Amino acid sequence: MTDVSQTPALENEAELGDYFALLKPRVMQLVVFTALVGMLAAPQSVHPVIGFASILFVAIGAGASGALNMWWDADIDAVMRRTAKRPIPAGKVQPGEALALGVALSGLSVMMLGLSANLLAAGMLLFTIFFYAVVYSMWLKRATPQNIVIGGAAGAFPPVIGWIIATGSFSVEAWLMFALIFMWTPPHFWALALFMRSDYDDANVPMLTVTHGRPATRRHIMAYTVLLAVLAVGTGFTAIGGYIYLGVSVVLNLLFLIGAWRIWQRDEVAAEADNYLVERKFFRLSLFYLFLHFGAILIEATLRTWGMGGW
Amino acid sequence: MAIRAEHEIHSRRKGRNVGVGLMLGGFVVLVMVLTFVKITQTDFTRAPGTANPPAAVEGNN
Repeated sequence: MTDVSQTPALENEAELGDYFALLKPRVMQLVVFTALVGMLAAPQSVHPVIGFASILFVAIGAGASGALNMWWDADIDAVMRRTAKRPIPAGKVQPGEALALGVALSGLSVMMLGLSANLLAAGMLLFTIFFYAVVYSMWLKRATPQNIVIGGAAGAFPPVIGWIIATGSFSVEAWLMFALIFMWTPPHFWALALFMRSDYDDANVPMLTVTHGRPATRRHIMAYTVLLAVLAVGTGFTAIGGYIYLGVSVVLNLLFLIGAWRIWQRDEVAAEADNYLVERKFFRLSLFYLFLHFGAILIEATLRTWGMGGW
Repeated sequence: MAIRAEHEIHSRRKGRNVGVGLMLGGFVVLVMVLTFVKITQTDFTRAPGTANPPAAVEGNN
């Protein structure tokens, strides 16, 4: 009999969507959004076609680093409940395929961004891919509980790249957007680690919760949130800020500080009693926090083109 | 015994091939449009490597 349905290897053959999943589409959404805001907040305008193509290549570069991360972390992903269904641990895509896709898309995206925008933007994209795939995934993630802090830089580069696409140079405003994501990442992930503890334990990833204990993690969330609040509100007084940004930022940071304070004041008994409700709420708020901050920067930039917004 | 010409795996492969084809086609169109925009935006009357006109530089701020 030659019924192909009896061949497990063929039954498990990847669909196009499985290769797309290697690129971490949800991370790509964030990258596209923040890079777009960085590009539009810059003082120079970009031709729509060049802007569209450049952001697309940044997204492809981010996807490539995601594929490289999945290739390297396949053993960890197989252990963690949250990631066990990713294409490689699920057996749909071979590790070598993910590596080839990651390397090929990295080269393509960097080269094309250099052609569509400028060499500095391409260099920054290359550095970002290197930082995420090599510095974070291969080096820091399994070596230090500060993995999230330093690795967060990789996710913070897109608005800087967006800014460089438009201006061809660095500036304080671009680095403020970088700092916003950089400082936001640790409390965001540590809140997740508080209520997904067993996952990271099983995978032997040295999260702060595992290495320094949960009370220390709660203190760290509070400390980073205070620094983040100062930075985020302070950004409101720069060239990319304005009344709308400042209003949004003050409200969000107050809510964020209250959430961090409540996390800090709780112990494990209280947290387990309500199944980490406060931590889950804080994590959900953190998603809105970043989206709304960059949304406000985008609104200010849009208003400025009509002679409004800003200071 | 009749052989089924279209197995689910065939349609999955077809979907993959069509998807890759569309992406490659899209990439070709994108590069073409990008090239057109780049060429029409470039000032070919200026010697290569010379600075932008002062007005364009002042636009930085």
